[in-house]
Amino acid sequence: MTPSAAGALGRKGPPDPGLSGSSALQPDVSSLPDLQFRINQMQSSRLDSRRLPTVPALAKILPGGGLQSGGSYAVRNSATLAMALLAGPSATGAWCSVVGLPEFSVEAAEEFGINLERLILVPDPGAQWLTVTAALVDVVSVVLTRSPAHLAPSDTARLKSRLRQRGAVLITQGTWQQCDSTLSIAESAWEGLGAGTGHLRTRRMKITATNPAGRLRHTYVGLTDLQRSPWQASGAGAAGERSPTPHDGGALFQPALKKSS
Amino acid sequence: MLWCPDWPITAAIREHSLEVHAALALVDGGEVFACSPAARENGVRRGLRLREAQARCTGLIVLPYDPFLDIRSFEPVTTAVETIMPGVQVLRPGLCAIRIKGPSRYYGSEENAASVVLQTLAAIGLTDVRVGIADGPFAAEQAAKATEATEALEDPQAEPLCIIPPGGSPWFLSTLPLDVFEQPRLAVLLKRLGIRSLGDFAALGAADVRNRFGAEGALAHRQSSGLDHFSVVDRTPPLQLEVTAHFEPPLVRIDQLAFAFRRTAEGFVAGLRRAGLVCTAVQVALHTESGEVSERLWQHPRWFDADDVVDRVRWQLQGTNAADHGLTSGITRVQVVPGLVEDLGDHADGLWGTGPDESIHHGLARVQSMLGHGAVLTAVIAGGRLLADRRVYIPWGDSPAAQDKTQPWPGRLPGPVPATVFAVPVPAVVVDARGNPVAVDPRGLVSADPAFFTVGAAIDQRWPVHSWAGPWPINERWWDPGGRMLNRFQLVDSSGSAWLLLLENQEWFSEASYD
Repeated sequence: MTPSAAGALGRKGPPDPGLSGSSALQPDVSSLPDLQFRINQMQSSRLDSRRLPTVPALAKILPGGGLQSGGSYAVRNSATLAMALLAGPSATGAWCSVVGLPEFSVEAAEEFGINLERLILVPDPGAQWLTVTAALVDVVSVVLTRSPAHLAPSDTARLKSRLRQRGAVLITQGTWQQCDSTLSIAESAWEGLGAGTGHLRTRRMKITATNPAGRLRHTYVGLTDLQRSPWQASGAGAAGERSPTPHDGGALFQPALKKSS
Repeated sequence: MLWCPDWPITAAIREHSLEVHAALALVDGGEVFACSPAARENGVRRGLRLREAQARCTGLIVLPYDPFLDIRSFEPVTTAVETIMPGVQVLRPGLCAIRIKGPSRYYGSEENAASVVLQTLAAIGLTDVRVGIADGPFAAEQAAKATEATEALEDPQAEPLCIIPPGGSPWFLSTLPLDVFEQPRLAVLLKRLGIRSLGDFAALGAADVRNRFGAEGALAHRQSSGLDHFSVVDRTPPLQLEVTAHFEPPLVRIDQLAFAFRRTAEGFVAGLRRAGLVCTAVQVALHTESGEVSERLWQHPRWFDADDVVDRVRWQLQGTNAADHGLTSGITRVQVVPGLVEDLGDHADGLWGTGPDESIHHGLARVQSMLGHGAVLTAVIAGGRLLADRRVYIPWGDSPAAQDKTQPWPGRLPGPVPATVFAVPVPAVVVDARGNPVAVDPRGLVSADPAFFTVGAAIDQRWPVHSWAGPWPINERWWDPGGRMLNRFQLVDSSGSAWLLLLENQEWFSEASYD
C-alpha cells in the first residue's frame, strides 16, 4: 500500500473500524508463505505502471487512482459498472473487447460513451476462452469477460503475466483470483418508478472497491456520474467528492434505499 | 464492325440457360429495357411498362437487367475474335470494331476474313452475328444493321455480311433516315427544316452545321458524310487474375480442400501482386459434383493475402452465416474472382508501419480463423422496439448495412438503457399478493398489482416488488400472422435492482436487467 493510497483511505475510510481492513497491517505474521503473499499484495503490477483514463467517479476508489495498465479488475454483480470501467479508455480511443458476454447491451454501451467502432465482441468463445482472451489481450487495451467456471492457477498466472507484458487491462464479471480490485454495487436506488406509474429515470449507487488485502473504499454516485467522460473536469463530479458520512447517506432518496443481498 | 443484335437478351439466355426462342424481357426500373424477337412479335417494345408488356405477351419471362452481365458475357466473344485477328475495340457489349486492313490481306479478301470471324463465333455457339465493312466505324455499324434486310431478300445460305466498297460510304449512308443518329431532338429539328435523310444533311456546309447545331450536330454531320474518324483503338487484353482449382476426385473434407487450395490461393495473391494490385473483395464460387454452385462475395478490412483467401473458402463451406451453403456432394471446382482490386500503392505500409490498427486486424483475424467468421463481431444500433432487435452484429471485416436509427419507434423504451439485454429472454414468474399470476386483459388492464416476482433459475425464491410500472403495450406487425403482442413492465425489487419484463400469451419473460 503506497502512502498516498493509505492517506486517501484514511480520509475516505468509513467511520466503522470493522470495514477499514486494518487487520492486514497487523504485524503477527507467523509463516513465510503468508509473508510472501503479503509482499505480492503490496507490489504494484509493474514498476512504471501506466494509468489508463478512467471515469472520475470510479478513479478515486480504484487503487492508484485509476485503471492501471497490466492490471486485472473484477466486477461482482453489475454490468453497468463494467461498462463504466470500459468507457474511460474507449472514450479516449483505446480498442476494447467483450468476450463471452452475449447479453452485453451495445446500446447502453453507447450511452456510456463507448466507441462502438472500436469495440470487438466475441459473444461465444466456447471452449477456447483462454486462447481467445489471450489473443485479444495481445491487441486491444481493455478486455471485458466473464470469469470462467474453472481455470487452472497456472493459466491465471500466465494470463496475468501476459497482461503485464502487453499493458492491457482485464475486467472480469464475477470473481477473479488476485485481482487488483473488486468492485461491486453495495446499495442501489432507482427514482422515477411508482406503483404502476412513471418509468425508471435516475439511479444512485453506493459502489465499493475491495483490494486484495481486504481494504474497502466506497463512493456514492449517480448513473450520470458514471457516464461522464474522463476528460471532463473531475471537480464537476460533485457526487463523487462527497464524503460518506451518515448525514450524506440521507442525501440519497432514503425511502428507496435498501441493502443489497 | 461486328454486331450481335439484342446482346442483353443473348447474354441473359446464355446465363440463365433459357430456350433460344423464349419470349424474354429484361426490365430496368419497371420498364422493358430489351426484349427477345419472340416477345417483339407479340408487341412488346422497349420502354413499355412491365404490366403492359405482360398483358400483351402472357408467357413473358421477366428478368432484371444487369449491365455487368452483358460486359462479362461479351468477354469470351472478344477473346475468341482476338485469337484470330488482333486489334479489337469493344464499343459496347454486343458491338465491336476490328481494323479490316490486316486480316483482309492475311485471309485473302474481306469476305474471307468476315466468314472466318463468323465461323469462329459459331463454334462458341453464337449464330446471330452480323458483320458490316465500310470506311468508318459509323458507316460499318449501319452496314451491319442493314444486313438484316438484305439477308431476308437473298437465299438463307448467304452470310450476314454487308460490304461497302472503299469510298462508297457517303453513298450508302445518304439513303438512311435521320433516326439512325439516336438523337431524337436533332432528328425532329432536321425534319422540320425539310431534311429527310443523311444525304440531305451531309449536303449542308460543315461550318454552317457547326454554327447552327453545335458540336453534337457537327459530329453527326461528319458521320453522315462518312468522314468520321477511321481509327480503331486496340483493346489491351485484361490480365487474368481469377484462379480456378479443379479437384479430381471431388473433395469432401474441409481440411483437405483448404490444404489443396492453398497453392492456388498463393498463386492468386502472387498474380495480383505482379500486376501491382491488391484485392479488397473476392467472389468465391464452389462447384460440386452434382452441379450445385455456392457463390459469395467476401470483403476484407484491409486486403487479402493467401491465408485470408483460404479462410474465406473454408468459412463459406462451414456455412457460418445465415446464407447456408447447403452443398450435398463433393467439391470439384473452386473459383476465386477478384471482386474489387485497388492499387498496391494505396495500400502500402508506411515507413514505420501503419500503427496499431494493423496489429488489431492481425489479432482479430487469428481469432476469426479459430472460431469462424461470424464469431468476431462489431455492433451497430438499429431501429426496433425490443432491445434485442436494436443491436445488429456485423462480422469483423464486413461492411455494415446502412441503417437509419433516426426513425421514430413507437413503443421503444424510455429512460436509461439496461446494461444487460438477454439474447434469449429468460422465463420469469410474476404473482400478485395472493399468489395468482398477474395477467393483462385485451384492453390493457392489469389483473392485479404485482407483488412478488422471480427471474431465471431461482424459481423457488420470491422477490418482493418495491415499485413497478406498466403495462406498456407493444404491438408488432399486427397485419402479419407472425406479429407479436407484448406488454412490457419495469419492476424494481427490494434490493434496488431493476428488471424489464415482458408478458406474452400469459407467459412472463425477462427482456433485460438494469444491473
